[in-house]
Amino acid sequence: MIEPLLLVVMVPLTGAVAALLLRGRALTPVAAIATLATFGAAMALALQVTEAGPQTHAIGGWEAPLGIELRADGLSALMVLMTAAVASIVGFYARTYFRPGVGPDAAVGPSAWSEREAFWPLWLFLWGALNAMFVSADIFNIYVTLELVTLSGIALIVLGGGTDALAAGMRYLLAAYLGSIAYLLGVALLYAEFDSLGIVALGETTTGTPSVLVAVALMTAGLILKTALFPVHFWLPRAHANAPAPVSAALSALVVAGSFYVLLRIWFDVAPAVLTIEAAHVLGILGAAAILWGSLQAVRARRLKMLVAHSTVAQIGYWCLLVPLTAVAGATTGGNAAGWPAAADAWNGGIFLVLSHAFAKAAMFLAAGTVTITLGHDRVDDLRGLATRLPMTVLAFGAAGVSLIGLPPMGGFVAKFLLLDAAVATGQWFYAVVILGGGLLTAVYVFRVVSVAFGSADPAAPPPAAFARTPRVLEVAPLVLALVGLALGLGATLPLNLLGVGAPFPPLAGPGG
Amino acid sequence: MDWQALLPVFILLTSLVTGVFIFALAEERHTARTVLNLAGAAAKVVLVGVAVWGAVEGFEFETRFAFLPGLELVLRVDTIALLFLALSAVLWLLTTIYAIGYLADSPNRSRFFGFFSLCVTATMGIALAGNMLTFFVFYELLTITTYPLVVHRQTKAAIAAGRTYLAYTLGGGVVLLLGVVWLQQVAGPVEFAAGGALDAVAAAHPVQLTIIFGLLMAGLGVKAALVPLHGWLPVAMVAPAPVSALLHAVAVVKAGAFGIIRVVHDLYGVELAAVLGVLMPLAVVAGITIVYGSVRALAQDDLKRRLAYSTVSQIAYITLATALVGPTATTAALAHLMHQGLMKITLFFCAGNLAEELGIHSVRAMDGMGRRMPLTMLAFTFASFGMIGVPPMAGFISKWYLGLGGLEAGQPWVILVVATSSLLNAAYFLPIVAAAWLRPYRGPDVTHEARPGVADGAGRRGLETSRWLLGPALVTAGLLVGAGLFAGLPFSPLELAALAAREIYGMP
Repeated sequence: MIEPLLLVVMVPLTGAVAALLLRGRALTPVAAIATLATFGAAMALALQVTEAGPQTHAIGGWEAPLGIELRADGLSALMVLMTAAVASIVGFYARTYFRPGVGPDAAVGPSAWSEREAFWPLWLFLWGALNAMFVSADIFNIYVTLELVTLSGIALIVLGGGTDALAAGMRYLLAAYLGSIAYLLGVALLYAEFDSLGIVALGETTTGTPSVLVAVALMTAGLILKTALFPVHFWLPRAHANAPAPVSAALSALVVAGSFYVLLRIWFDVAPAVLTIEAAHVLGILGAAAILWGSLQAVRARRLKMLVAHSTVAQIGYWCLLVPLTAVAGATTGGNAAGWPAAADAWNGGIFLVLSHAFAKAAMFLAAGTVTITLGHDRVDDLRGLATRLPMTVLAFGAAGVSLIGLPPMGGFVAKFLLLDAAVATGQWFYAVVILGGGLLTAVYVFRVVSVAFGSADPAAPPPAAFARTPRVLEVAPLVLALVGLALGLGATLPLNLLGVGAPFPPLAGPGG
Repeated sequence: MDWQALLPVFILLTSLVTGVFIFALAEERHTARTVLNLAGAAAKVVLVGVAVWGAVEGFEFETRFAFLPGLELVLRVDTIALLFLALSAVLWLLTTIYAIGYLADSPNRSRFFGFFSLCVTATMGIALAGNMLTFFVFYELLTITTYPLVVHRQTKAAIAAGRTYLAYTLGGGVVLLLGVVWLQQVAGPVEFAAGGALDAVAAAHPVQLTIIFGLLMAGLGVKAALVPLHGWLPVAMVAPAPVSALLHAVAVVKAGAFGIIRVVHDLYGVELAAVLGVLMPLAVVAGITIVYGSVRALAQDDLKRRLAYSTVSQIAYITLATALVGPTATTAALAHLMHQGLMKITLFFCAGNLAEELGIHSVRAMDGMGRRMPLTMLAFTFASFGMIGVPPMAGFISKWYLGLGGLEAGQPWVILVVATSSLLNAAYFLPIVAAAWLRPYRGPDVTHEARPGVADGAGRRGLETSRWLLGPALVTAGLLVGAGLFAGLPFSPLELAALAAREIYGMP
């Protein structure tokens, strides 16, 4: 039997090639088979890692440093599974979204491929590249996957055509390449000094020498540019807001999470010696600023998709709180009620936030897409009566929003509870206030939308000229994503157990154990 | 799992499943929805009845779920939980009947009843919560599920009220969460226990525990509408009458008051709280709230606003009684938790009937209402007398025990507060009652004119409103008189409250 570790990369890439060749009638079955098979492989990988610990695989039997080595610990497997779940549900939505006569369906480029025909190969390619990023065992392969993700991402953004999308795609391209170059320089510096690219090998040898410091600084700069952490988030809102809805969902839910994942690998696995408390606080303060700035922009946004995109900027800031909380907690002996190190709480909370954000944000973007298709616009102030017209969609948006706010019983609550627990345990009151206050800011923009949607429709307004009936799938898919967010809140122990496999702060062990 | 572990879950599921099915029902399937609603509410009453029977027989009902490694969600039936469960289950059945009649022929009923059922689920969860974490989860769930009910009418005023409601309750929730997490850091995952659960850590962290108590009270005080955190309550009365009835009698404000009781008696323990010196400030805030709410009520002309300020005042009775040390005061707190529910729900039902039947919203328009709608006004009168504290109504029992409890705790000023408030209660309720019965009716003709919104043949008799609306009001009025008249019998609210108080103070 072929290992799931290999399958999660090869199946979507093979699917992408097949979709490229078989555009026409066979496209839908190809996409469906590739989606289901990749999801199955991700499940298999998660089970395998849960039961047997971290997995490694050398492609073609060539070991590092010659060959390409794949490795999956709990974090990798969780990210692969998250990607699989989000991409499957979003793919289900995309199938209807790109059906002729439903979504915007303009021919792209001179070869007149339909959006649908262009979407599926790129989509499966993006999925495969993301999975490859999550299971890469060395920092150069990660560089390659970062580039692959960027390429397919940009192609997907400009899929809808239009000047806004092209301009946004261009900005994204420039920002992402700048980030890649900075990252690659860091990789070169590390290789020059240690003759090694493997994450595990580097983690055992790196020390706090100046060249390591410079390398990590360069890689960090590149990655926060790609992750769109404040103040280098400038490219994100327009890129995410102008893409087709399924693409926006994947970009906001998965792609930025991918580069954040790499950032964590660099800081906690490649060069743990460099992770000083001061450096960690820099990320934390940038994160706090991102929460404030992103939320304020979301409160002021006129378009729903823009609001959701600004919300991503704010939520990325939230993820970054993981770094200082974990770093400080790792340096103390504080623990939670169950005897876990506070560092594990911070780590688990931060990753769980990435996880619950993925489902919530995908739900919100898909809901926004459904609104646009139904009403022909997504102006926030003109959404009155939406709760009567699209009740399921408003429910999905609201439930996903509640998860972002961090209220029970949604997954976001578990994440914020863990982060807050770590902050209180180690006396980091500044971050406790940021965590709690950020939730309230989120509530302001989420309920801004919900309260307009609950308003009575203006009887004088002309009825929407667009489609009389919204396809059912477009209403159901966002709700399913929101319900996964609910399941995360109720069954948090399962993903947390997976995350504990090979974690830098394993459960029921001492800090840094 | 054995049946004792399943019972608390089923108490939650009766309304949760009902809610989910109602969401799935098409808007026009009124009969199916009505059947589901009533079946769910009735099943819940039966299950709570089983819980009461089981508790008498000595069964223990408890369910645990792993929430996070080392942290559990605990659902447990204890005596205090039973009080709140019984109150909620019975009043919910009645409010459901009322709401079905009240919302006949209005739009978005699937949404309304769906959230209505989720709201019950949250309230039941609050009653059953066996530790602070579980309490918090359901407490916040209540906030979210109530919002769509508050804005149900979709008017500008309703949307604005919803915004105010959220601003207060989410803000309070954040403060509460900080308290919950901090407490867990200081004391570990403690569970509620009659008489308190923090004795082991009290000596080591007195300052932290004092601050945490302040955070918890500030968070709970928002829903309990303690001055100055009460601002949302009078605004939220733009909601439909059944929602107001629910907010004021069973769900939201009660959740706050119930939380205060849990924290003082089952978490800190009243002796520890007294040692920390946190009870006196709480009692003073409650005393101020009692008088303030009554004074503001006096000045309101809108009937529902007057009732809303009256709630601010009446809920603070529970808080005040909780903050006094001694079994009599604790009995008063728990008894009033139930009595206030019966009285206030009756008043809101009646106010809703007047508004629905005759479009009357103002105190000035009450002249002769006793002749126009005699049964509704009879219920209203009983409930008003109860609020004032006229014997033998339920409210009299509460006030009597509260006064005694004040003396027992060495706080005679409590009697002054109760007396002042009762005078003010009389001042704002008696004129309404007097005008209704003694003045001539000056409104439109006493025959029924066709009104939009109520179908013909809705079961109206004579001059009254439909049976769906009148029945629940009469039943709750009967209950509140009965709770006073038969206070000495077993299973009366007072007896149950006294039983719980004896458990808290470890008395036989």
